[in-house]
Amino acid sequence: MSAVTLEKKSKKGSALAFLGVLAVLVLVIVLENTLNPNKNIIVFTALKKGAVYALVAASMNLLNGFTGLFSLGQAGFMLLGGYTFGILTIPVAQRDSVYYIFDGSAINFSITEAMQNLFGGSGVGGAVGFVLGAIIALICAGLVAAFFAWLIGLPVLKLKSDYLAIATLGFAEIIRAIFQWEALGRVTNGANALKNFPTLASFNITNAEGEIVLRLSTFVAFAISGICIWLIVLLINSSYGRAFKAIREDEVAAEAMGINLAKHKRMSFIISSFFAGIGGALLAMFMNQVQAKTFTSTMTYEILLIVVLGGIGSISGSTIAAFLYMACSEWWLRFLDVPTSFKTAGGYWAFVIVLALAAVGITALLVLRRRKAGARKFSEMWSACVLGVVILGYDIYYYASATAKVPFLNSGFRMVVFSVIIMVVVLFFRKGLFGDKELSDVFRRLGRTKKAAPAEAEGGAAK
Amino acid sequence: MQFAVSILLSGISVGGQYALIAIGYTMVYGILRLINFAHGDVFMTAGLILVYAAASMPLYISVPLMIMAIAALGFCIERVAYKPLRSAPRMSVMISAIGVSFLIQNFATYYTGGLPQSYPRLPFLSESVIIYGTSTKWVTIVTPFLVLALVVLLQILINKTKIGLAMRAAAKDFETCQLMGIKINSVISFTFVIGSTLAAIGSLLYFTNYTQIVPLSGSMPGLKAFVAAVFGGIGSIPGAVIGAFIIGICENIIKGTSFTVFSDAFTFALLIIILVLKPTGLFGEKVTDKV
Amino acid sequence: MKKIIALVLALIMVFALCACGGAPVAEAPAEDSSAADSSAAEAPAGENVVKIGVFEPLTGDSGAGGKQEYLGMQYANYLTPTVEIGGVEYTVQLVPADNASSADRSPTAAAQLVSEGVSVVLGTYGSSAAIAAGPTFESAQIPAIGVTCTNPQVTAGNDYYFRICFLDPFQGTVLANYAFEQLGATKAYLLGELGNEYDNGLLNYFEEAFTGLGGTVTKDNFPQNNSDFTSYLNKAQSEGADVIFCPVSIAYSTQIVALAKDMGLTTPILGSDTLDNNTVLEAAQGSSVDLRVSTFYADGANPEFDAGFKEFINSSSENLTNNGGNDNIAAVSVMGYDAYYVALEALKAAGSIDSTAVQAALWDVQYEGVTGNIAFDDVNGDAVRDTAFIKIADTANNTWVSGGSQQVAG
Repeated sequence: MSAVTLEKKSKKGSALAFLGVLAVLVLVIVLENTLNPNKNIIVFTALKKGAVYALVAASMNLLNGFTGLFSLGQAGFMLLGGYTFGILTIPVAQRDSVYYIFDGSAINFSITEAMQNLFGGSGVGGAVGFVLGAIIALICAGLVAAFFAWLIGLPVLKLKSDYLAIATLGFAEIIRAIFQWEALGRVTNGANALKNFPTLASFNITNAEGEIVLRLSTFVAFAISGICIWLIVLLINSSYGRAFKAIREDEVAAEAMGINLAKHKRMSFIISSFFAGIGGALLAMFMNQVQAKTFTSTMTYEILLIVVLGGIGSISGSTIAAFLYMACSEWWLRFLDVPTSFKTAGGYWAFVIVLALAAVGITALLVLRRRKAGARKFSEMWSACVLGVVILGYDIYYYASATAKVPFLNSGFRMVVFSVIIMVVVLFFRKGLFGDKELSDVFRRLGRTKKAAPAEAEGGAAK
Repeated sequence: MQFAVSILLSGISVGGQYALIAIGYTMVYGILRLINFAHGDVFMTAGLILVYAAASMPLYISVPLMIMAIAALGFCIERVAYKPLRSAPRMSVMISAIGVSFLIQNFATYYTGGLPQSYPRLPFLSESVIIYGTSTKWVTIVTPFLVLALVVLLQILINKTKIGLAMRAAAKDFETCQLMGIKINSVISFTFVIGSTLAAIGSLLYFTNYTQIVPLSGSMPGLKAFVAAVFGGIGSIPGAVIGAFIIGICENIIKGTSFTVFSDAFTFALLIIILVLKPTGLFGEKVTDKV
Repeated sequence: MKKIIALVLALIMVFALCACGGAPVAEAPAEDSSAADSSAAEAPAGENVVKIGVFEPLTGDSGAGGKQEYLGMQYANYLTPTVEIGGVEYTVQLVPADNASSADRSPTAAAQLVSEGVSVVLGTYGSSAAIAAGPTFESAQIPAIGVTCTNPQVTAGNDYYFRICFLDPFQGTVLANYAFEQLGATKAYLLGELGNEYDNGLLNYFEEAFTGLGGTVTKDNFPQNNSDFTSYLNKAQSEGADVIFCPVSIAYSTQIVALAKDMGLTTPILGSDTLDNNTVLEAAQGSSVDLRVSTFYADGANPEFDAGFKEFINSSSENLTNNGGNDNIAAVSVMGYDAYYVALEALKAAGSIDSTAVQAALWDVQYEGVTGNIAFDDVNGDAVRDTAFIKIADTANNTWVSGGSQQVAG
């Protein structure tokens, strides 16, 4: 692909991305203020968490997908961001109660309060000051994470692929231990949670009676995350972004082209960590508290799975996958955790029949795959039938046991189903939702086919 | 003195148990260049299977049954989750490994109902013995010797047998050895079976000492065993064993001081230091990247 | 093409489950389902239903405790499935949501309950999940009754979080006094999990009170998912501690007690309410371990309740598993039981199922529960309690025996 088309693509892409983000933001404000807040709270909670993870996944994708540096330190940088935000914004009056074990905090200063006072205490001025203070605190959160990334990057960025992954994972664990250390208790509150700092709900506009006039909590999460993702997209489409991609494709060739490997790797690592720090601060605002034990390596794995599900090297993929992931794990599949019984005979029979069909279907699919791969003899095919036979056997057993209880449903089953879905995607849809394409690429293709004759469009889609 | 002996003893015993897990990591990595993140969870599953098996049958049946089941599990994981991705980029395989690890942990949570399970008492191994005035279990004494014996056996297997030759060839050059007519898939399956069997034996020793199993029981020992494998030079079995002993002992020394907070962190710090100073680990071979 | 078939099949599997699980409910629950199911299953339509949310960890580190707490609520629901609110008979439906013992999953679990339209929430076991979910309940104006979350920060500054148990500062002080006065200890070894605010909060209060009395302490933290406690217990022994205080979660305490048993340790092990659990007790079985715990409820204080609850546990194998495999009564179950009745009292007093009315009514609720009199103070909505019970493990018979009660003035 020539440089000219790249340039064109980037301009169009970023403009489209910007418009898309804007439309989503407006929609979120409208929906949050028109829908019943209590009935639909689960929707907005899942959306907020999705927005936070979209940012973190995009930042991880910048590093893993675009620069080809396999880092597993995301949770550590999020922890740094979350704590920085918390420490800087807890109101001074609340500090004693938050740091109650350590008899008060070592830092008696709150950016949001300071800015509020600067802009005249309360009312509109106070609100402006509060927002400004929160933004400054968010940027500080990113900067602290970026600073540590620079520090960590000095030794570890020389390492290759898996070694880099395990070293960054190790660093995340070390950071967690340091933040839990009692000796730093007056700053980090030791093992205890930091709370009472501004959360997403603090951005809701209330009247004098304390009633909420305008709900902005989901909007704020979307806005911050949206702006950061937009910045990431801009970066990727800049000359730096092209350098990152060159490094990903071939380090030696990139170096030969005159790209400074060390400098660009460091830059990508630091910028990714900066946004991970902001993501951590957002997560703290979402959780209403921040505590080191939340930021485990499991969290990093989850983010990595989101990146892969969305497509390594696709920011829109990461964003959409983050929302799908959160909606599935936190909302849509929750009913799987509650034991229930079939209430109607229809549901019962539907279950028995669908299970039998699924057994047959899976067997047929696997056998077909084997045949295509060239297997003919029974000895080569039998293993493809095992799964189907097991499912069918269970179906018959369930039918024979004559109970109306829905099988399996119990606490924890949601996560089992969820991890099976992930495995199916990882094994059968290796490229994830988007591969390395962006949403704008998809739009452009659609636009092109619209201009063309309908018959041609069909031909294009079938390809 | 008594305190020092107790620390050293538990360090050696933990180190031996890490070693048995680390061998599985190092062998798989040697051939496939894959960090098998699910290995720690296979180790945990071994513990859980014995809990359930021992509840319904005597130990002399349930222990061999458990080891066979875990070997089969290792085989299945490789066939289902890694083999279809043989030609995919390494990152995809690693993600698949993380996915398997997720699945095993979530399934264990579901099956146990999230309740910690108590490991059955094994005769002899669980009994106490007093050494230099420190009370400990027989398993502590048995572990290092058992590990040494297994490593010697493994070395014989790798250096003297045909399948061992095939494994060494596969580790050296994956593609060429396929050309030479080695059935690479059976070699890889065999490697997973050996790794899982050792992890199953390791779980016998480990959970005899630390008797509660929760779905996350395998993740930290797994991670540390991997660190040990890297520390000793990944791909090298003696390296993994020595690395595991060093890490086990260091970790327990730190637990004896007032910096217990950093006992896990120290393991990782050690890893980073060794990676920066000598990226191939203590006994790793110098590999030139094929560009 | 193959991929599409695979995707379709996977979707069929998922949606089959969805369709069955989420199918609208029209008929009464099947007769053969156990008591536990009928409480979780949805109530018959056409009647008045009041929903009570159960916000508990059913998986994760605190899964065992959460399940026992839920069991107490299920028993209470089984005994009293209806309540009369404002002259109308309502069927009570328990709606569980699993917060997986983790702070980042708590807001969504709480949101799930809010969107189900519950009138009041019970739970949770473990304070950090409660702290994370507090603002969600507050903004939705649904009152939550903390059952055994003992951290002061749960209710501080949140008018919608109440709690019926005592607090960490109280418990830590009580145990320090007990160790110093009753056990005659002057040197204590404190052990907690790194990064767990419950453990470290208690250790701090214990340390404060114990050193105030003239004792000395050594404090250690072990890392998360640690499973090797040999060095810690050896350290305690070599430093000549008179008492080991380890208010850690069930999984860890079981390992510590089992290890103490193997080492033949006779130093008293002092624990907090988390150690009052059957798995811990079983680990000490048949040994010379001197295990003492502080708890909310003294076993045998109410024989009638004990007999009924044991029968309920033994009535289904699922209940038995959730209780840890035997029918010993955990204090958290009793607390869950009491919490359910406190919620019913509040609903009655409010005279409506509107959650804000319930919140307003909760401040004045007085209830004589199995664990003693329950009332809330008007500052934070914390329970007014001044007594903790001490239980000693009877390792020969695998039960607890009472070690008396301990009070702190004020």
